[in-house]
Amino acid sequence: MIHEEFITLEKDAPRQKIVEALLSKDTSVTLSEDSLDHEMILNMGPQHPATHGVLRVLLRLDGETIITSECELGYLHRGYEKLAENMTFHEYIPHTDRLDYISPIANNVAYCMAVEKLMHVEIPRRAQIIRVICCELARISSHLMAAGAMGMDVGALTVFVWTMREREKLYDIFDILTGARFTVSYMRIGGMAQDITSDCIKMIKDFLDGLSEATREIAALLHKNRIFIERCEGIGIMPPDEAIDIGWTGPGLRASGISYDLRRDEPYLIYPELDFDVITRTECDALARYFVRFDEVAQSVKIIRQCLDKLQLGPIFADDAKVVLPRKGEIYSSMEELINDFVLVNFGQAPPKGESYFAIEASKGELGWYLISDGTGTPWRSKIRSPSFVNLQGLSRLLEGAMISDTVAIIGSLDPIMGEADK
Amino acid sequence: MFTFEDLKAKLPDLSYEPFDINGTTGAIIPREQILDVARTMKEQFGFTNFVDALGNDRNERKMRFEVIYNIRNLSTKERVFLKVRCDERDPHIPSVVSIWSGANWHEREAFDMYGVIFDGHPDLRRMYMPDEFQYHPLRKDFPLMGVEGSIPLPVDKDFKVRMN
Repeated sequence: MIHEEFITLEKDAPRQKIVEALLSKDTSVTLSEDSLDHEMILNMGPQHPATHGVLRVLLRLDGETIITSECELGYLHRGYEKLAENMTFHEYIPHTDRLDYISPIANNVAYCMAVEKLMHVEIPRRAQIIRVICCELARISSHLMAAGAMGMDVGALTVFVWTMREREKLYDIFDILTGARFTVSYMRIGGMAQDITSDCIKMIKDFLDGLSEATREIAALLHKNRIFIERCEGIGIMPPDEAIDIGWTGPGLRASGISYDLRRDEPYLIYPELDFDVITRTECDALARYFVRFDEVAQSVKIIRQCLDKLQLGPIFADDAKVVLPRKGEIYSSMEELINDFVLVNFGQAPPKGESYFAIEASKGELGWYLISDGTGTPWRSKIRSPSFVNLQGLSRLLEGAMISDTVAIIGSLDPIMGEADK
Repeated sequence: MFTFEDLKAKLPDLSYEPFDINGTTGAIIPREQILDVARTMKEQFGFTNFVDALGNDRNERKMRFEVIYNIRNLSTKERVFLKVRCDERDPHIPSVVSIWSGANWHEREAFDMYGVIFDGHPDLRRMYMPDEFQYHPLRKDFPLMGVEGSIPLPVDKDFKVRMN
């Protein structure tokens, strides 16, 4: 029988709606004959170290087999869509850092490009190249974290420490490039805060040279590791048609055999000029999702090297005084720039009335903003299309019929970041 | 290239209003026809990938709320937006979960944030806010700072004892 004391603390209190939903869910798992004797509900999270943040999962178990599961989100809900409606476009940029806090710089790029699309602003070539470099560095940072955390979830703790060592070097690069290590707020509408320096370029080159050695080490630890392979292989299978139906994007979709990458298929910035492969696997399981991420790191390195070759001197801001904030030096020396800065900071850029959607291929999948403008300096509606949210939607499907110990490996293979999923 | 004329050829009694989303095709569909449109789009035009759905409070007397579906055809790499509107007094829109299962959480989010009720949704609960919450926070008449006392915070029963 289902033990009531697991569900509610007080006997007379009504059942939570999430428990009702869990119990009424259909399942394809065939129950064992005496399932009623073994059935129980297990609560995982929100304070569980293996759920990558504050994700709560309710599992309905038959012995150790998961019959159905139900996720609960919202423990990190900060109302960023409501906040966006009450501030100017520029003021919102630091908030985008807090969405996917593992790769904040890619969120900056996605948001700024969505606003630029709404305002029909074209940024200069050097700024585009720097943005591509930033996006790919963020992808490396995120994928290293995902690989390390997934290894840690199934017991390979060393990998996590080694990937964190590489990420520490990345943070040093971000420190030089943007002035901040973690929440960078580097992009501006129409450009970026400051230009990339030759010191920074040298640091990036050194990092890339060291990274191939580091990925070899990680591969040596994991790819022939019997425990890691056997714990991840064949679990959490997502068939391609269901992955499309649920709306998966990013490494999850590509591990299910669908070769779709916004960088190639809906190109933006200078991606059409770059030579890179879209990594696709057909196994559809947790291990395939790990390998897609691992191989994408090498592709990102390839992209950054090409970008560094293409980098030439030039402006990093669009030539549009109605959109771009004036430089600080000009504000203190020229009256017009001071007035312009005052107007832009206080009232914001006023895009034309209308609606716009723009998305980039972030490390977790399609990260986009749907912006509705009423012609004033604040957006009427700013909807975040966050990949982690959609990827988590497939979790119940993956957990059906899995063993309870597989749960952590499956969640690790999805690589959810709750800051992004909860907004 | 997908156009809504092609769709109208398949569904003769369709009445739609074209809506340009910054260069991407979109249309406002009457809510009675959204299920037919969604099914035809998926089965005959290959829009199998459900990307996003969002609610919007237009803050107008008539047709206050709208829900925008963002769908994609992965083989032709096309994106189409479908808009459905409803009144504040009758905030009901048919759910498309039976067609794209990916719409499930997005519709729950729109219900949570705007109070739009999706008819036929298998599990219409709040997505982010607690179940006991009375309001719909992204409505334009909901204050930014929230409503005092609307979220029950954990009470330390011994707190008063310790204070005395």
